[in-house]
Amino acid sequence: MFGWTGKILRVDVSTGASGMLPLSGELARAVLGGRGLGGYFLRDHATLPCDHPDLPLVIAAGPLTGTGSPASGRCHVTSRSPLTGAVGDASVGGSLGAELKRAGYDALVITGHAARPCGIEIDDATVRVTDATNLTGLPTPDVFTRLRASRPHGSLAATGPAAENGCRFATLLVDTHHSAARCGLGLVAGLKNLKYIGVRGGGEVRVADPAGLETAREDILRLANASPALMGQHGFANYGTASLFDLVDARRMMPTDNFARTHFAPAGGLNAHAYAQRYHPLRRGCNGCHVRCKRLSADGRPLPEYEAMSHFTALIGNELMELAMRANDYCACLGLDPVSAAVTLACHREITGDELAPDRVLALLLGMATGTGPAAELGRELGQGSVRYAASKGRPELSMSVKGLELPAYDPRGAYGLALAYAVSTQGGTHLRAYPLSHEILRKPVATDRFSFSGKARIIKGAEDMLAAADSLTACKYLFLAASLEEYARVYAAVTGIAATAQDLALAGERIVYQERLLNARNGFSAVHDDLPGRFFTEAGSSSPDIPVPPVPREDFLAARAAYYRIRGLDENGLPQRETAQRLALPWPQDTGAK
Amino acid sequence: MTGPARQLTKYAAKLADAGLCAPGEPLLAALDAELSFSHAGDPRQPLAEEVIQGLGASALLLARPLGVCQAAMLALAREALATGVGSVTPGDCETRTFLHDLPVVDGLNAAGVIDALTRRKGCIILEDGRALIAAAGSVSPEQPFVTASSMAFACFVAYFAQHLRAVRTQTMTAARRAEFAAMRALLDQELARLPQAMPNLIPGPFADEDQARAAMTQAGRRVVEYGLVDSSFGNVSCRQMTPAGELLLISQTGSSLDELGGCIDPCRMDGASCAGLTASSELTAHRAIYDGEQTSATVRTILHGHPRFAVILSLDCQRLDCERQGQCHRACAMPRNVNDLHAGPDIPIVPGEVGTGPFGLCNTLPPAMQGKRGVIVYGHGLFTTGTSDFREAFATLLEVEHFCRAEYFRRVAELDR
Repeated sequence: MFGWTGKILRVDVSTGASGMLPLSGELARAVLGGRGLGGYFLRDHATLPCDHPDLPLVIAAGPLTGTGSPASGRCHVTSRSPLTGAVGDASVGGSLGAELKRAGYDALVITGHAARPCGIEIDDATVRVTDATNLTGLPTPDVFTRLRASRPHGSLAATGPAAENGCRFATLLVDTHHSAARCGLGLVAGLKNLKYIGVRGGGEVRVADPAGLETAREDILRLANASPALMGQHGFANYGTASLFDLVDARRMMPTDNFARTHFAPAGGLNAHAYAQRYHPLRRGCNGCHVRCKRLSADGRPLPEYEAMSHFTALIGNELMELAMRANDYCACLGLDPVSAAVTLACHREITGDELAPDRVLALLLGMATGTGPAAELGRELGQGSVRYAASKGRPELSMSVKGLELPAYDPRGAYGLALAYAVSTQGGTHLRAYPLSHEILRKPVATDRFSFSGKARIIKGAEDMLAAADSLTACKYLFLAASLEEYARVYAAVTGIAATAQDLALAGERIVYQERLLNARNGFSAVHDDLPGRFFTEAGSSSPDIPVPPVPREDFLAARAAYYRIRGLDENGLPQRETAQRLALPWPQDTGAK
Repeated sequence: MTGPARQLTKYAAKLADAGLCAPGEPLLAALDAELSFSHAGDPRQPLAEEVIQGLGASALLLARPLGVCQAAMLALAREALATGVGSVTPGDCETRTFLHDLPVVDGLNAAGVIDALTRRKGCIILEDGRALIAAAGSVSPEQPFVTASSMAFACFVAYFAQHLRAVRTQTMTAARRAEFAAMRALLDQELARLPQAMPNLIPGPFADEDQARAAMTQAGRRVVEYGLVDSSFGNVSCRQMTPAGELLLISQTGSSLDELGGCIDPCRMDGASCAGLTASSELTAHRAIYDGEQTSATVRTILHGHPRFAVILSLDCQRLDCERQGQCHRACAMPRNVNDLHAGPDIPIVPGEVGTGPFGLCNTLPPAMQGKRGVIVYGHGLFTTGTSDFREAFATLLEVEHFCRAEYFRRVAELDR
């Protein structure tokens, strides 16, 4: 087998037992790896509560991970989200995926519930479950520092205090600065009493055609170098994703005051250039990536990604750059998803009128993660996410979320493909399932009319399939601002030795998305959940003289969603259909006795 | 007319306006929930439907090129099939970067077209002794339009470049010579319909940002009208002082040069904003020219087109035994100029790939531009500058292309005696 190792490592933290499962060539070709493999292992346990020992936490690499494929050092973390109840997953950088592959595994499937906080240490064929009691309660930088003392090489993943204290949007951090941030996957680890994972591999990933891989790699790098968004003067390589800040505000789609407005007047002084001037950031990146979009300040703190940068300013009414910087750092240290944290704060601000002074913001973040400090009680409430908080206050409409996952920093009134993508995402409020910003804002592969639903249903379906394949190969989604499955199919063929076209990979992507639809349907998700908060259909955004931002036209949205259902092979209620599942070679749940 | 229908007719018309196809001939299809076509009654519709459904694509184009493009594409495709290669690989930068190669399908059949288009963005179909372009897109009809336009340009350049190479390597055949003579006659007909005299362009210095934008829009349109670029290529910029500070106004990435209204990004010269994230991929090179030691004080405008013979001539090299063959686009170390062999404008030819990166033209173009009024990037296109407005830059673009065309045929005639 080339590309894949052919082995899945299973660890039961209840007993400390580990074992091996074979990865068949047939399954590997069907779901590729990464997100596809995560969904496969979740398939039989999708309805289990998040604290059930049998619910798996899956960390899966892809066939390209650990090879010379561009930006393919990532892996994918999958389970059922304690925040949403839907499929919960996140692509994460660092070197965890590459080390897992080099240790000889395509995926790590973790089950069980340890009696005490524990860690999993993997050194090639040696696997052991360790006592991690001494790491509890520590901020994540201290956790990583202590772990590094005993494991100076290889990759490390760890949770923060948020995962220990029941916060539903707790994260799993990798190699200190990379985060599986969304959906509360850190809490799934926390509920298993799993504190950390250390992986070191001494092997190599076998590549079928190294020369072919080099040619295909050059094609992708050439495209990346031609991409203004990735490698241009204002692109991610120079400013990280903070590059998006000015553009999103200029397009009048910066979520402001809990999405009540779409323009933030002080934005000009809080942009990527201002951060660069003040914090003199160092450039960092993931294993195998030349874009290197991570930024660390000179004092070692992570600079906020665009979403945190925007949400910790415009969304919560904060004009202080240092507060955004500190809030983001708190999230990293405590193991909080900054998007869900900020949206929940904004929800609280709108409901109560709490003006969120700087100390208050930090106290609430501390409270969310630890249940301690000057805002402990309210923090614990907010740590359950905006949906539960808003409902408890009798204002459910003020949770700016989809399927319970808080929305990132792009207002859907400014891009209708984005509106549809948010609504139908199997994960909930994320732009990363279909990344419509690519054509609606960044003009790639060509520009589309962002204030129109015309053609968007098929575009979103196609993009979802493409990015599901990317998450499964694995390859960074940002590279798809330049390259496409056409180029990655050549990489895949060179790595695995299996001839494949873009269409073959897109079909695998379609299967992966549909599998998630099947899992969600079993948890009660249907068309009523494929929707946006009502505000976006009734309130206008912040128009400028040349950019009117009206409410999203409801009828057009519903028509586009219905078209999406037809194209995706779902019924009118957004539910999977047996014939589509059969076409995609997916088992029908009622036939398998899955839990 | 609905949004998709408007797009379909728009891009069909643009292919005809560019002289690439007969009016009404290109068939464009768009598939959202329903399938729609650019025009009714086309016998290719059933095949187009089968292909677009088979691919799961959003858009498809079938178009039969005219004139020189038809002849060049046909010759290249036939050769690809005859030699068993099965695809055409032109050496221009658009192909190298975005298309990679052009598969050839023998006969118009849905299975063959689907097979080719699952591998590449566009393909050439040989049918009834003619070449047909097929291209697909996942987002909108603009994608297959851009692909078709790129394919036509690439095949034109590839054919003429190969011919000059053949005469230089003395591998010319009588059949090829006859084919070339017919090709030249077609070319003369096509050139006759292009305007030759300098257009009236807005004079500088520009009073304000609005006038600078109007001048850019006008210059972009004229560059397309004069056949100095296909509409989806090229870029244009202008350095302009405004009350908010000095701006570098530049066309957006992927914008059509003949439709720049609303597609110009204002990039602050002090670098204090990233709002130009959607600016042309050549922003870095433009910026470096405006910041250059000699050019910073004088250059106010930059025009970048893809004049075909300037590109073809950049591919011509006398060093047939060069050890860097195949790497010319990024590793040519020889100082070259369009007037190397014959008196003409002083226009250097430099290597460089699109955008940034270690081999990006942002590294080679700006230094070469110092003291020059224009530079050709190998296999890519011509960049020219102006000191006040676009008249000077446009004149250089036109002059260089006219010289390169004459020089091309002079070299062919001289070498193929």
